[in-house]
Amino acid sequence: MLPKWFTNWNRDKPVDIYGPAVLVGAVGGAVLVAALLISAGQPFKTKSMQTGPRGTGMVQPEFVSEVTDIDPTIANYYSDEPFPVSADDPRASEVYENVQVLGDLTEDNFNRLMAAITQWVAPEQGCAYCHGNGGIETYASDDLYTKVVSRRMIEMTQNINEAWAGHVQANAEVGVNCYTCHRGQNVPSEIWFRQTPLGDTMEGWGAVQNRVTVQSQYTSLPSDALETYLLSDGPIGVHDFQSHVDARPWQEDTATWQDAERTYSLMNYVSNSLGVNCTFCHNTRAFYDGGQVTPQWATESLGIAMVREMNQEYLVPLQDVYPEIRLGPLHGDAPKAACKTCHKGYQQPMQGLNVIGDWPELATTGSPVYD
Amino acid sequence: MTWKVEYQNIFTQTQVQGTPEWGMNDNGQMMEERTLPPFFSTLAGWFGNAQIGPIYLGWTGMVSAATFLIALNIVGFNMLAQVDWSIPEFIRQGFWLALEPPSPEYGLKIPPLYDGGWYIIASFFLLVSVMTWWARSYLLAKEQKMGKHVFWAFGSAIWLFLVLGLFRPILMGSWSEAVPYGIFPHLDWTTAFSIRYGNLYYNPFHCLSIVFLYGSVLLFAMHGATILAVTRYGGDRELEQIVDRGTASERAALFWRWTMGFNATMEGIHRWAWWFAVLTPITGGIGILLTGTVVDNWFVWAQEHHFAPTYDGAYGYEAYGYDYQGFISQGGD
Repeated sequence: MLPKWFTNWNRDKPVDIYGPAVLVGAVGGAVLVAALLISAGQPFKTKSMQTGPRGTGMVQPEFVSEVTDIDPTIANYYSDEPFPVSADDPRASEVYENVQVLGDLTEDNFNRLMAAITQWVAPEQGCAYCHGNGGIETYASDDLYTKVVSRRMIEMTQNINEAWAGHVQANAEVGVNCYTCHRGQNVPSEIWFRQTPLGDTMEGWGAVQNRVTVQSQYTSLPSDALETYLLSDGPIGVHDFQSHVDARPWQEDTATWQDAERTYSLMNYVSNSLGVNCTFCHNTRAFYDGGQVTPQWATESLGIAMVREMNQEYLVPLQDVYPEIRLGPLHGDAPKAACKTCHKGYQQPMQGLNVIGDWPELATTGSPVYD
Repeated sequence: MTWKVEYQNIFTQTQVQGTPEWGMNDNGQMMEERTLPPFFSTLAGWFGNAQIGPIYLGWTGMVSAATFLIALNIVGFNMLAQVDWSIPEFIRQGFWLALEPPSPEYGLKIPPLYDGGWYIIASFFLLVSVMTWWARSYLLAKEQKMGKHVFWAFGSAIWLFLVLGLFRPILMGSWSEAVPYGIFPHLDWTTAFSIRYGNLYYNPFHCLSIVFLYGSVLLFAMHGATILAVTRYGGDRELEQIVDRGTASERAALFWRWTMGFNATMEGIHRWAWWFAVLTPITGGIGILLTGTVVDNWFVWAQEHHFAPTYDGAYGYEAYGYDYQGFISQGGD
């Protein structure tokens, strides 16, 4: 195939070309990679946030490319400043019928809030999603479940902003409104339903874990953590505070390793909900020690109490209002909220955007205060 | 025929294949229990002996294999039942599935089959299987007129196995303390066990176990490397070198003495390795046995005994000059 002179020439003058070729290739490749790194920059740059004393490994490491991503739902957020209010403006309760919660608002501000709720919760269906297609005459009707649920959700939002400011305003004025959970969807993402028992072949601990479920965040940890701690008031702590205590696993109030797994399941859920690791709140050498936790641990504890109240006082009692399609697929239970329903994987929902400044109507259970 | 032995490769370079070796038959009756007619595998020869078989079955082998299969099937069919007998789901969730021990309220009583009963039955068969295999390692060593080193080494692993599944649950007063039979679930147990009892890293026997585990790895690497390095001088004939020290041993010993001032001997290195390996589960088992029985919170225990260090510094990112908006913005570190 090759010309004869070439073959002969090669045979007569044998040269080791592999050694130099490997050397040139290796050096050349290294120079190329170095040049690329210097000119284009490190493609996997990280940044980190120290959360505790040096030597404890307390740090939040993140890829710059990920942590600086802007939450895409922020772009569609609608907000509008309140209209000025004077004492003799007519109130919504005087202008409209059947205004049970927002009656103290002026007509303008009432309509402003109604329009915003439409943007936040039902941008496609519009007013009709709650008020039906019967025209303006039927707006007072409570026939649609969506309206009954919305009213309760407005009360819940007001309660969160008023009673749980320690959680939702922990760092700055942020608060919550409908969009914090809904993000333009009729039903918020990341709601949850009861999932246990998992099948009917087992009872006890074998019936609530070791399955790939959303509730266990796809781990083999227990799938009943949310219902135990965020619906019921199950004790989260599992530790003894002395080096030795006299407790037996079969005693009612002894925390077992199984309980520790369930707590782990909750903690893993919180971690995924906020996009943080254990050391955001804890010094992992002693998870239980209140003397070795960050301020975020306290914020989180308030959050857990807040979610319990949301589920117990607001969401679960709506059980009979919902049509079947909105209920849980396994147990027909009402949809419930937890950390991820608001946080959606971010340390702060909508990355700390102030969603209450424009909406004094949602900031209190009493009459709104405009300033 | 000219050939040279090259030991510079990760695979064994020489293979001996010929008439299969059946082993000795001193009293003329020992062939009865030997099964699986021997054959040769080139693939096996790259890693070890190219000859596969025969296997000495005996009563211990029969009982051990049968009870192990029973235990394995109980676990497997319980898992299969948990996914409604769906093979695809069994494969998809295989690493998640488990046969869990009984719930805590049953204590040491026999629980219903569907809440740990099957677990107890599987554990019983597994216990019989492991103990007969242990007996097998004794009897076969005796048959060969060997020392019982393998038997005792396996015994140290059995100690840890018994602590986890028998001794500690009895001391705690509940079978629920045993370890689940499942891939991820037994790892969940390990994590939960450490967290529940205040961080097992502060358990000094856990520390010792880690020392011996990592020490075993280090010794294994040092020994393997040393022998391969002097194989060209006949160093792989370790037993001959023990009693008739040749240049291979001299060079290996000199290498380590020059490197770190001390060297093991051809015999002693195997005692080092054996003790490090054996002490790993022995110390680990002691640590597990003390947990929840004698000590319920190892971190508090470590503080009481003054070996949990104190760290200076505040908690929370605010104290270190960070804020969330700065962290999620471009720039900064």
